[in-house]
Amino acid sequence: MADLIEIEEKPIQSKTTRSNIFYHLIKKKESAIFLALLGIMVIITLIAPQFATIGNIYRVTRQISFVAIAALGVFTVILTSGIDLSVGSLIGLSGITCGVAMAWGLGPIPAVLIGMGTGFGVGLINGFLVSYVGITPFIVTLGMLSMARGTIWIITKGWPIENIDKRILVIGQGDFLGIPLPVIIMIVVSIIMHYFLRSTVFGRRVYAIGGNEEATRLSGINVKKIKCLVYGISGLLASITGIILVARFNSAQTSSGEGWELDAIAAAVIGGTSLMGGAGSVVGVLIGAAIMGVIRNGLVLMRVSAYWQTAIMGFIIILAAVIDRIKNRQVS
Amino acid sequence: MSEFLIEMKGISKQFPGVKALKNVDLRIAKGEIVCLLGENGAGKSTLMKILTGVYKPDEGSLFYNGKPLTLNSPRDAYEQGINIIFQEFNLCPNLSAMENLFMGNENRTKYGFFSYKETRKKAKDFFSRLKIDIATDIPVAKLGVAQQQMIEIAKALSYDTRVLIMDEPTSALAIKEIENLFLIMKELKKKGISIIFISHKLEEVLEITDRIVILRDGENCGDVMTSATSRKQLVSLMVGRELHNFYTKRKTKPSNETVFEVRGMSGPPHIKNVSFHVKKGEILGLAGLVGAGRTELANLLIGAEKKTEGTVFLQGKEIRINCPRDSVAARIAYLPEDRKNLGLVLPMGVRENTTLSIHNKILGLFRSISPSKENTVTDKYISDLRIKVSSREQVVNTLSGGNQQKVVISKSLALKPLLLILDEPTRGIDVGAKAEVHNIISALADEGMSIIVISSELPEIFHLADRILVMHEGRITADLPIEKADQESVMYAAIGEV
Repeated sequence: MADLIEIEEKPIQSKTTRSNIFYHLIKKKESAIFLALLGIMVIITLIAPQFATIGNIYRVTRQISFVAIAALGVFTVILTSGIDLSVGSLIGLSGITCGVAMAWGLGPIPAVLIGMGTGFGVGLINGFLVSYVGITPFIVTLGMLSMARGTIWIITKGWPIENIDKRILVIGQGDFLGIPLPVIIMIVVSIIMHYFLRSTVFGRRVYAIGGNEEATRLSGINVKKIKCLVYGISGLLASITGIILVARFNSAQTSSGEGWELDAIAAAVIGGTSLMGGAGSVVGVLIGAAIMGVIRNGLVLMRVSAYWQTAIMGFIIILAAVIDRIKNRQVS
Repeated sequence: MSEFLIEMKGISKQFPGVKALKNVDLRIAKGEIVCLLGENGAGKSTLMKILTGVYKPDEGSLFYNGKPLTLNSPRDAYEQGINIIFQEFNLCPNLSAMENLFMGNENRTKYGFFSYKETRKKAKDFFSRLKIDIATDIPVAKLGVAQQQMIEIAKALSYDTRVLIMDEPTSALAIKEIENLFLIMKELKKKGISIIFISHKLEEVLEITDRIVILRDGENCGDVMTSATSRKQLVSLMVGRELHNFYTKRKTKPSNETVFEVRGMSGPPHIKNVSFHVKKGEILGLAGLVGAGRTELANLLIGAEKKTEGTVFLQGKEIRINCPRDSVAARIAYLPEDRKNLGLVLPMGVRENTTLSIHNKILGLFRSISPSKENTVTDKYISDLRIKVSSREQVVNTLSGGNQQKVVISKSLALKPLLLILDEPTRGIDVGAKAEVHNIISALADEGMSIIVISSELPEIFHLADRILVMHEGRITADLPIEKADQESVMYAAIGEV
């Protein structure tokens, strides 16, 4: 037995991160939640076999991709030990501005840029208030949650925007090689974010700020600028989700993204992101989003009452946080 | 019945790599005011932590009224009537004076609610007995330092305190407030309460205490009656060690070229009109007691705090430093005193920490960090500074203090600094690592780097420095070439008596 343990551990210590993808995956703490995801999928399939059909998997992955893209933005903010509660409203608002642009007759590309600009711009306002004015992220983004949603109602008077340029629909409804386009967009965004956070100077500084903000500042790094920009990134990714939803439903809905900040934050936390900042990975967030999406879908397939579903999702988030806490306590 | 209320006999305490206390004795009689005197690091706080139950001694025993006393926790010390007032107060600024006074000891009504009436009455009573003039309902945040301290004293006495330890109680007080404090101390003495008074200010020590116990390097080295001693005797007892072995001269002499100069720098919290210069290849030692403003000066130099006045010249050109980014850009590196909170990103690896200040010099494609460049830099410092790591990826949180310090030094050196400011570079690291760090510092100066070393340990300053600046209460009180400096002259400057 002792021999076995040694054999298992040696390669893990000696290999550097890039050299052995297999061990890299095994030793990662993401592997535990990935196993949890597989377990949940097996259980759901046993109770509701229609879960494992092509049609259902297609729908579930597409549903997951909506949340996952926004979750990657919130995740970036959480890495700096901040929080962004406004993503749900920004999903809605950028969908509306994108829709309004198309209703005015602008082509799909300008409309998408306007939608993304809305998310990025409002995100930067969040960042400016957090970073340069010095207000706590919780309050800034809570206020923005309400402001952005209110702005949607002001713009639309509560009516959805229906006259959408049909050329945009492919983003939300199309597929490529049988994979839904939103899922492909999610994968592309994930690869970019992974590279961005792991390999660029900016990403390194994001993790450093979450690990020790003061030491990072004393090392001559412009902490304020980075903290400001991460909120911009969060808004930008929220806007991508918002635009995809417009294309998916062929209309810009006023309630789009409502309450999604919960799913996005939950995906990050379930995926092993530390709310203290400085720890977490893109892969973890994707798995976290998948767990949320699979359970939601499973509850529907298992015919659990909608009243129960919300409570159960909340319970799962708290459960994830408790497990994380226990794990951390064991480490320290 | 013993003659002494408290006796500490043969106390020894070892920390990893350091012998903090060696066979130390301390006795206090009932109603006596004893001063515990010694340099920074002499072992005063360790001894007091043993007396208040925070640490357990490795050897030695405590007696209370002649009976053996075992303290397992601060709570035990409390219950025996041993109470300490720290330099930093433990008050809740948002709560009122009376609420703070009875914190943890609240008066309740018979239904279990907090009784304002009873608390107010008791607080008034307490304050008047101590002749303290503070309104019971005023929030502590609105009180001055002196009044907050009075509340701390009152709080200590609200328990049945027999021995009161005061750690540098006068450091934040004005002269009038000190007089008032002394009146209260005399009052307490009359009531039979014993006081251990820790202070660096010899004048005060000579005025208020009955007896002075001097510690040096964790050992007893004097126990004198206040009436029978002098300032001169106290200073020589405090520093007293033979110094000759500490002089290991550097290979090179500093050149005459001035690299860094500061003129008339003032800034928060209390730095006033500081001017000095550092030459190429020179090690400037910055000495002073705790609270003299050395770290605060360093913070102004690197822009961590904004200066209110003063100009800074680097290689003859005036530079503006408003934030740490500016100082890093000017290649002024700072190694903070608080390595874990200010120097390192603990959850990151050796590699990420080493290159934290030089991201722009290790760039690859698209502003990415080039792994090969980064690894080269990291490996160079791991081997140059002989950092003991399992790999360059090892998380710094798991390294020993000495190796952590070397990682912070690596980070500073990676910047190729023109000026290197080291704040307590050997604090909390073991003797072997200390010698290594000293050698690194000397070697860097030999290569022509200009270095400022802030240290509370005089031997370290004497060992390393070419010139010594001494600070006292935010000002520079002495600028001594090493040949002309001795421990006594530095100590006099450090206590502001030049």
